[in-house]
Amino acid sequence: MERAVIKKSPFAKSISGWGGYPIQDANVITPLSLSAFNTELEQHSSLIARGMGRSYGDSANAEVVLETTYCDHFIAFDVATGLLSAEAGATLRDILKVTVRHGWFLPVTPGTSFVTLGGAIASDVHGKNHHIAGTLGQYVKSITILLGTGEVVTTSSTQLPDLFHATCGGMGLTGVILKATIQLIPIKSASITQKTIKVKSLEEVCEAFEVNCAAPYSVAWIDCLTTDQHLGRSILMVGEHGESGGLDLRIKNPITVPMYAPAALLNSLTMRAFNGAYWAKAAHNKTQTIPLLPYFYPLDAIGGWNKLYGKVGFLQYQFVLPKTDGVNNMRKILTQIAQSGAGSFLAVLKQFGSANQNLLSFPIEGYALALDFKMSQSTISLLHKLDDMVAGMGGRIYLTKDAVMQEQTFKKTYPTWEEFEGVRQKFGAIGKFASAQSKRLGLA
Amino acid sequence: MKKILVIGATSAIAEQCARIWAARGDAIYLVARNQERLKAIASDLKVRGAAQVDTYRIDLNDIDSHIVLLDAAELAMGGIDTMLIAHGTLSNQEICEKNVEDMLAEIKTNALSVISLLTLIANRFEAKRAGSIAVISSVAGDRGRASNYVYGSAKALVTTFTSGLRQRLYKSNVAVVTIKPGFVDTPMTASTKKGLLWAKPDAVAEKIVQAIDKRKEEVYVPAFWWAAMAIIKVIPKNIFKKIKI
Repeated sequence: MERAVIKKSPFAKSISGWGGYPIQDANVITPLSLSAFNTELEQHSSLIARGMGRSYGDSANAEVVLETTYCDHFIAFDVATGLLSAEAGATLRDILKVTVRHGWFLPVTPGTSFVTLGGAIASDVHGKNHHIAGTLGQYVKSITILLGTGEVVTTSSTQLPDLFHATCGGMGLTGVILKATIQLIPIKSASITQKTIKVKSLEEVCEAFEVNCAAPYSVAWIDCLTTDQHLGRSILMVGEHGESGGLDLRIKNPITVPMYAPAALLNSLTMRAFNGAYWAKAAHNKTQTIPLLPYFYPLDAIGGWNKLYGKVGFLQYQFVLPKTDGVNNMRKILTQIAQSGAGSFLAVLKQFGSANQNLLSFPIEGYALALDFKMSQSTISLLHKLDDMVAGMGGRIYLTKDAVMQEQTFKKTYPTWEEFEGVRQKFGAIGKFASAQSKRLGLA
Repeated sequence: MKKILVIGATSAIAEQCARIWAARGDAIYLVARNQERLKAIASDLKVRGAAQVDTYRIDLNDIDSHIVLLDAAELAMGGIDTMLIAHGTLSNQEICEKNVEDMLAEIKTNALSVISLLTLIANRFEAKRAGSIAVISSVAGDRGRASNYVYGSAKALVTTFTSGLRQRLYKSNVAVVTIKPGFVDTPMTASTKKGLLWAKPDAVAEKIVQAIDKRKEEVYVPAFWWAAMAIIKVIPKNIFKKIKI
């Protein structure tokens, strides 16, 4: 594990993404007001903004990071129109606490509510409704951003649109997102009606996605540990917002994982047992009503669940394959993973709708799979092998989860990277904003 | 709806308390030095549900202006039900040891300005025979230690002052709540290495709001600090002077 060495400052800390790998010594600065970001920007040559540190790899790692922790204020919320403005450090959880009781929900949400608005925009996050709703960036009405020049500008799809489409999904590399306004969606209830569909193969689950494509939310748990005829057995969960039951969010504090688990706890045996039990427990064609939070954020109930992987950490891996030949290609990759013996505790399959205009946005139309592997050298080699397969199939890897992708893979799979660099050049970002990830991927 | 005056409203702990009150629909009057941050907090609390939010910019070391400040808060909200005093600075012990002026300035900010406000609000609450006063003191005030005895003695003054005030105001139905946080992860402690003993300001705020609701006398937050300080307080002086703690 490489550690960057920097001069110790009183604010030096070891930081990492949620996966716990890689770790970096960093000067962590927490400006107390939006104007203080500018002061910090002047004093440091190269830095990156950081929110909750929930991207998995090194996209918010740098020698100097500006944390938005204390700039988490709401600016305005119109309960009649669902337009919400907040500072970048506001978390999605905070937003839901305020908006759900008035009948408004996030138009797009990732699998955890412990992310900041700024981070979510920089990742152009997608959710279980991507096939219908697209990414969060499509609901961002405007962004106030601090540029490398020290200038603060407002950008939207009509105002400096090149900057806007580089910033949504731009991993913080165009500037520091200070504020944003997003359009929420109306809901009638704080619950979700969920139907569970059990299917025995990859073909069947992809078919089931098609059949249920009108449902607003759909996602499948897929068993990556079984080989042969069971390969791809899945539980598809489709959901829609409920019509009744009130707008109480019923928020609970998470129970916390107090310490790192022993390294041996999550092994292929326990994972196989878990996956087997998960499959056995699920009932086919069952409809149930569940509250919003456990539906969208099941893992948020366990604070620090990443520690279950032990101190070595883990690597999240999410890729998308184009729809054409997607099922066959997915089978090839699943076979490769199953053969490698590297178990993924949880694997999640999702059908994506069409791509958007944001330059580094991850989703393209097709099938996306998210996996996590315990960190090890052999995992890194496996991921590099998978990277080649994914790239060869016309797919790509999600930057928010990436920690090990190589430069050539990135540049091949995100062909708009040069355009992205052009926008960064134009708005003074080059040489000012960089992360460990952006350096690894060969961005200036 | 309660009418709450928050002194030192940009302190992380005070801001988290204010968020809880805002969600309850209370009226909040924010007092601090930094106009930009006051403004940001005010709009935030309104979105979170506060019935009314006003702000007042002041350097609290300007003790002569305290009366005007209280008048303004009473006028804006139509009275005050609860006052939380949360302002303060974490003194740099080394500088305070070398320079009398700096040392006295720390005492003024952390103790004298606090007891000035306490004196003024106590008389107003005593006259109307109602009200709650909460003051953020510190575990550091429980026993002087080499590493931060200037800050500690300012807090000791506040703790002792509130103890006496609580007795005096008991018969007037006014609650005085002394809050002693341990290590809290706030901007004030940003340069300190954090460990297991550190608490987050939102968790600390929850306990503080509870203590005010229940009109408690003195609370340690988190609660384990009561035991920790009980031990530290009973260490004999001849041993205490020799150890680093």
